Amino acid sequence: MKKLLLATALFAFGAGLASADVVRLATEGAYPPFNFIDDKGEVAGFEREFGDEICKRAALECTWTTNEWDSIIPNLQSGNYDVIIAGMSITDERSKIITFSDNYYPPAASAYVAASADADVKTGVVSAQVSTIQAAYVAESGATLLEFPTPDETVAAVRNGEAAAVFADKDYLRPFVDESAGALMFVGEEVSIGGGVGLGMRQSDTELKGKMDAAIQAMKADGTLNTMIEKYFGAEGLKF
Amino acid sequence: MFAACADPKSIEGLTWLTCYLTSGKHLDFYMSFVTVLALLAVTAPAAMALGFGGAMAARSQIAPLRWFGKAYTAMVRGVPDIVYFLFFVIALDQGIELLKHHIVCPDWTEPVFQGLEFKVCPQAKVPLSNASPFAFQAYGFGLAVLTFAIVFGAFVANVIYGAMQAVPRSQLETAEAYGMSHGQVFRRVLVPQMWTYALPGLTNLWMILIKATPLLFLLSVKDIVYYARELGGTKTQAYEYPHPDWRLFYFLGLLVFYLVMTKLSEIVLGRIANRLSKGQATAAGEAMRKAAI
Repeated sequence: MKKLLLATALFAFGAGLASADVVRLATEGAYPPFNFIDDKGEVAGFEREFGDEICKRAALECTWTTNEWDSIIPNLQSGNYDVIIAGMSITDERSKIITFSDNYYPPAASAYVAASADADVKTGVVSAQVSTIQAAYVAESGATLLEFPTPDETVAAVRNGEAAAVFADKDYLRPFVDESAGALMFVGEEVSIGGGVGLGMRQSDTELKGKMDAAIQAMKADGTLNTMIEKYFGAEGLKF
Repeated sequence: MFAACADPKSIEGLTWLTCYLTSGKHLDFYMSFVTVLALLAVTAPAAMALGFGGAMAARSQIAPLRWFGKAYTAMVRGVPDIVYFLFFVIALDQGIELLKHHIVCPDWTEPVFQGLEFKVCPQAKVPLSNASPFAFQAYGFGLAVLTFAIVFGAFVANVIYGAMQAVPRSQLETAEAYGMSHGQVFRRVLVPQMWTYALPGLTNLWMILIKATPLLFLLSVKDIVYYARELGGTKTQAYEYPHPDWRLFYFLGLLVFYLVMTKLSEIVLGRIANRLSKGQATAAGEAMRKAAI
């Protein structure tokens, strides 16, 4: 074990001392169309293309990594990576501990999806992903909140009857409803919460935030961001 | 992988399945089995070494060493594994980086702990931010091995300590009567005889270690459970191979894997137990002696 550790340490110390700083981007990899791990085992989706583009514009060298959603903020703070790019909504609560870039996806609707049209979303059991704005919303709505670590499990809970409905970003749920052949349907009212999706960074990384904001503004101005949204979210995707 | 898999959405049946099961992500899944086996292969001897050292320390004549041995087993055994896995890895990781920070960046003026943030100079990152993904994986794996070894080492220490106490006093006395020194008695009589008493406990620990490997997932090493959950989840058209919720099948596969692992271990450990009982002054050894007559 000692040899292995030593080898690892030496490897870590020695690996490319000369090259420039690399910005490490972290995503969840389980939230299509925002981000997911494709069948080649690589990060893909809207945020992959968007992230690569802003890095190019800001002249930064970026690498991708994935991290559990639940621990994505603590691991940013302890320096495991530099940017969270994981469909994270800008909220006041999160802004207290990390800093957000300008939003790169507008404040989007969240919606309920259920297996039957008469599902009770007001007082029944509603599933949501842990530590999301949707989970906070359900907790306050009077419904019984059922939390899961991954978004996929929240939908699975509705299919197997564990929850009456799932509450999540409408963009995430839409493909599930479209491809379910009528087994799943949108119910209740859509709700708009959060301030859009932004990149999460450490509060001390002001220089990085400046570069990212400039790149995002440039992408908004020349329309490339809207084209990208259209590509991944279809005609129903919200544009700037 | 195969030419026929270039357009997954146009193929079906067995070809689809073949292509699906050989996708890049599935190959990662198969590799994660190797990761788990490698973890077992490295952790088990490491935990044994730590446990043996811990047991020797706990029996030591030197008081501080004895206290250290006792404190180690008591502390690790008294805290839930999962707490160790969550706390220890962060503490270890930050400890290593902090140490390196003081060595490579002595002129750094900003505080390392800024509120909730932990920020060392970029050159002190372990691994460096421009290291290859493999370096990150290897580092995570190394941390995992160390954490597993420390946690399981404490249990091993207790088992071995108990086994050493269980060796009949008359055996040691006889050795002493032959004029052997302390060290000789320990090496020639105590250690060879204690294994038969330690084996049931060690067997249990090995089984628990096998079943504890999914905890790797907490240490952000992508293990078989992570991949089973990730691959089994419902896949929409955003993926190349859309399919409904197949987690049941993937977890069934894991069930078989773990059962095979534990069954094989049982067979091997059963043989070792037999060999160790030979000629021992225990009930098992006595039964063997009678059977041989």
